[in-house]
Amino acid sequence: MNFLQNLGRSTINKVTAVGASSIMLFGALFAFPIWKNVRLTIQQMYVVGVQSLLIIMVSGLFIGMVMALQGYTILVNYGAEGSLGPMVALSILRELGPVVTALLFAGRAGSALTAEIGLMKATEQLSSLEMMAVDPLRRVISPRFWAGVISMPMLALIFSAIGILGGHLVGVDWLGVDAGSYWSIMQATVEWEKDVVNGVIKSIVFALVVVWIALYKGYSCIPTSEGISKATTETVVFSSLSILGLDFILTALMFGIS
Amino acid sequence: MSKPIIQIENMQFSRGDRVIYEDISLNVETGKLTAIMGPSGIGKTTLLKLIGAQLTPSSGSVLFQGTNVHTISRTKLYELRRKMSMLFQSGALFTNMSVYDNVAFPLREHTELDEDIIRTIVLLKLEAVGLRGAAELQPSELSGGMARRAALARAIALDPELIMYDEPFAGQDPISMGVLVKLIKALSKALNLTSIVVTHDVTEVLSIADYVYILANKRIIGQGTPAEIKQSDSELVQQFLQGTADGPVPFHFPAQNIADSFLGTAK
Repeated sequence: MNFLQNLGRSTINKVTAVGASSIMLFGALFAFPIWKNVRLTIQQMYVVGVQSLLIIMVSGLFIGMVMALQGYTILVNYGAEGSLGPMVALSILRELGPVVTALLFAGRAGSALTAEIGLMKATEQLSSLEMMAVDPLRRVISPRFWAGVISMPMLALIFSAIGILGGHLVGVDWLGVDAGSYWSIMQATVEWEKDVVNGVIKSIVFALVVVWIALYKGYSCIPTSEGISKATTETVVFSSLSILGLDFILTALMFGIS
Repeated sequence: MSKPIIQIENMQFSRGDRVIYEDISLNVETGKLTAIMGPSGIGKTTLLKLIGAQLTPSSGSVLFQGTNVHTISRTKLYELRRKMSMLFQSGALFTNMSVYDNVAFPLREHTELDEDIIRTIVLLKLEAVGLRGAAELQPSELSGGMARRAALARAIALDPELIMYDEPFAGQDPISMGVLVKLIKALSKALNLTSIVVTHDVTEVLSIADYVYILANKRIIGQGTPAEIKQSDSELVQQFLQGTADGPVPFHFPAQNIADSFLGTAK
């Protein structure tokens, strides 16, 4: 009986959380078209986007270089090292770009968002906004939400571009693959809609999920130090799992069935 | 006598299974300084949040200038909230802005005033709390008492009709406390504000309040002017005023019999 009670209670709690987070998302989504918020959103894009640039670029460079190294050692056995370009480009554009960017973003910006909002809650800043007749969903949540959703696809594209250059650095400059074939076969193989656009779509979906989780976890956290630390951890864990799970589903939809 | 600005009628409130208020009725007269006292953990802050409609009571009503704050639409509620203002215990200054921007915040959010006029208002409000010189400091650079004064300047920025102080004296040194007592009194007189002060600092508040309510055991146990309260024959009120350790509010948290706990005779 106790087990059933617990099961019931935890189910009710989960459903309530989904409801509460949807209400929050709704509030954030419909608060955008206010002029003041555009300025706040741009400020937040600087915080979550521009300040994440360095980690994204460095990671992109290394992932591209590793892809080229691994790809080369396999392809060279079949004399197919000319196909290194498309191999690096496709795997980065389709998978690694969106996924790794989202994972890094969840760790770098998502956790920061949760901690910031959680602390604002703990120090009664959110309450005091409400008492000043300023809706925290509009003023605090919405700009951060949109900033994240706009920034992440851009970060993913930058990641992919640098990754491809990293592949070039290792494949062409170091291992001696022909530069012409690196670029021309890549150009012939990579399709705009199938590869680039799908990668961006993935990245937008990940952005929505990561930012939503991060903001909701901060907004609903228990306003104590343990509460905030738990919320921050949950943001990273839940975001990472959702990214990987959604990536599988999206890949199956986009590339699985031809 | 003027109409009360706040009327709370037969309000009950509980959090989960825990009842916070069984049955509370109180009035706050316009233009007066009303104090609400009671032991810690009794839910005094909760009462302010109920008045500000951040929380909803399980039954009963809270009227602000005759309007039930819990049944009106969100837009109406936000309009009402512009007339009230709350000073949080921590001050709740926005940590990412300077003191100046904190005070200017409600003006920038709710008015279309020019920056010049905002500047004048902000500096006047800061002058009123004695912090004009600290305008460019960040909240992290302020002491606790200064942060509370800065928050007070922000709370009066829009000239509210009602201001609610949540534990304004808690954790202050005697000088800051004296400053805050003087400020609260001076502001409510000068701006003709209605003030609600929630506190457990008996002497300070009895010296400035016009009317006092004492909360304990989930209900109001005493009310009256400071003079009447001091004369109260309720044991509970007297224990609270004199700060005796044991009495109607027991020293011991409810526990099992001491012999049972130590000898292990209880199961």
